[in-house]
Amino acid sequence: MLNFTIRQLGAELAARRVSSVEVARYFLQRAATLGKTLNAFITLDEEKTLAQARAADRRIAAGEAGPLTGVPVAHKDIFCAKGWRTTCGSKMLANFTAPYDAHVIGRFNAAGAVPLGKTNMDEFAMGSSNETSFYGPVKNPWNTETVPGGSSGGSAVAIAARLAPAATGTDTGGSIRQPAALSGVCGLKPTYGVCSRYGMIAFASSLDQAGPFARTAEDLALLLNAMAGFDARDSTSLERPPEDYTRDLARSIKGLRVGLPREFFAAGIAPDVARTIERAIAEFRKLGCEPVEVSLPNMKLSVPVYYVLAPAEASSNLSRFDGVRYGYRAPEYTDLLDMYKKTRAQGFGAEVKRRILIGTYVLSHGYYDAYYLKAQKLRRLIANDFIAAFRECDVILGPTSPTTAFKIGEKAADPVQMYLSDIYTIAVNLAGLPGMSIPCGFDSGGLPVGLQIIGDYFGEAKMLNVAHQYQQAADWHMRMPPGVEE
Amino acid sequence: MAFSIDDVARIAHLARIEIEPRDSERMLAQLTGIFGLIEQMQSVDTAGVEPMAHARDVTLRLRDDRVTEPDQRAAFQSIAPQVEAGLYLVPKVIE
Repeated sequence: MLNFTIRQLGAELAARRVSSVEVARYFLQRAATLGKTLNAFITLDEEKTLAQARAADRRIAAGEAGPLTGVPVAHKDIFCAKGWRTTCGSKMLANFTAPYDAHVIGRFNAAGAVPLGKTNMDEFAMGSSNETSFYGPVKNPWNTETVPGGSSGGSAVAIAARLAPAATGTDTGGSIRQPAALSGVCGLKPTYGVCSRYGMIAFASSLDQAGPFARTAEDLALLLNAMAGFDARDSTSLERPPEDYTRDLARSIKGLRVGLPREFFAAGIAPDVARTIERAIAEFRKLGCEPVEVSLPNMKLSVPVYYVLAPAEASSNLSRFDGVRYGYRAPEYTDLLDMYKKTRAQGFGAEVKRRILIGTYVLSHGYYDAYYLKAQKLRRLIANDFIAAFRECDVILGPTSPTTAFKIGEKAADPVQMYLSDIYTIAVNLAGLPGMSIPCGFDSGGLPVGLQIIGDYFGEAKMLNVAHQYQQAADWHMRMPPGVEE
Repeated sequence: MAFSIDDVARIAHLARIEIEPRDSERMLAQLTGIFGLIEQMQSVDTAGVEPMAHARDVTLRLRDDRVTEPDQRAAFQSIAPQVEAGLYLVPKVIE
């Protein structure tokens, strides 16, 4: 059961060779033991999980099984789930029980999926290592002294350590793709607007997107089918005809043009990562793909641009946390102003405070044009580079992260060092394009390397096709961290 | 971009976050480092470039002006720090 894909598990459940309750118990047990060691979960609730598992079994018995009915899904603790504690990795929401379901949660419930628990994450999704969580760092199962990546570290680890066959995450600057790469699993961020952000605690509204984690491209497609779709309650949700993201998996990729941006292979990338990515590209050549050199000249500005836009939007989004209507309130204060200031000083961690301050500054009187507006103009140039590149190629390939998993604490001293981990992922969010990461090998220390696949707008089916064909030829995605077997 | 300790205090006030004086220096150093990163933006000329707020340049949808949400005040206030008679309680502002 440990290594069943979602597709296989769905088939076992539909054929009633195993019950949803048995599957839930199996993964709950792993989540509570190995999951605890790795600190992958913030909340587990056996009673709620089993109640949904029993409901799934009833649907299966009534002949109403879909591909996800009875399948456990671990949810990043950024999604409001009705009746579940939802903390966003923060002390600010340590006591917050969500009174409603996020749209994405609602869609999984409607599909009969079983919520396995809420996974650990960087506080308010701000981080690239899952070290800023109020609930402690998550450990990478490939080497527990290293980080799993972030901000969706808990979800990536849930998949890598076989604590769940499916998980959800969010990606604002790389927070699905980078932990997928560092933890050796598959993760996908769809085109901006494809998944509804309703009920997904907001970090940077023009960049945030929900997406799936799984061990195979096919499984990602099954999850995306459940997650994607128009929602009137999200003003940025796009109204489009529904898609079946599995439809092109089996297509041949012979003759497909794969763009290789020269800026992705310049200085700053670890030698083992560069070698592993080059070997993956050679595999694509063998599959009949045509490599095309492209250029994204403004990519080097993506990190500075992001660290203006994202904190600016975060400073606005996090202003709601004031101790009045929900969440943490400081125990002692003199007046209202003091209550706000102490609540926010005590409730937020250091990285969150840094970003709120940066954001407040760049939006303040006299600085808006020089910083926020300038960043938005550079964002246009970055997006235009991709639009030009996609005239020459069908998908873009490259590394997801410049390094493999680094040691816990290694980048804690200098925030800028941490920010540079996202150098290959950020531009994709700025442009609003879809991107994914799949395992493509290991470094000399046995740590996973992720290959990033970037698609044109609404190019998810093509990206999944490319990933699926690669996964028929290479089996990196099937490797298991040591010690994870039952 | 010369960022000073007074700027830290001013911005912290705007952001409604209390920063202890002993933490101000460290915060200043870290913010200065981040601003160093941001300054790289000035190296590219963006004259005549349209700012991009959204990936697809869509416009906000409109809907009929009808009440569609049910009253859930009781549910939402059940998790509030302090409520009374349907109102959220906060300390008064001392001028």
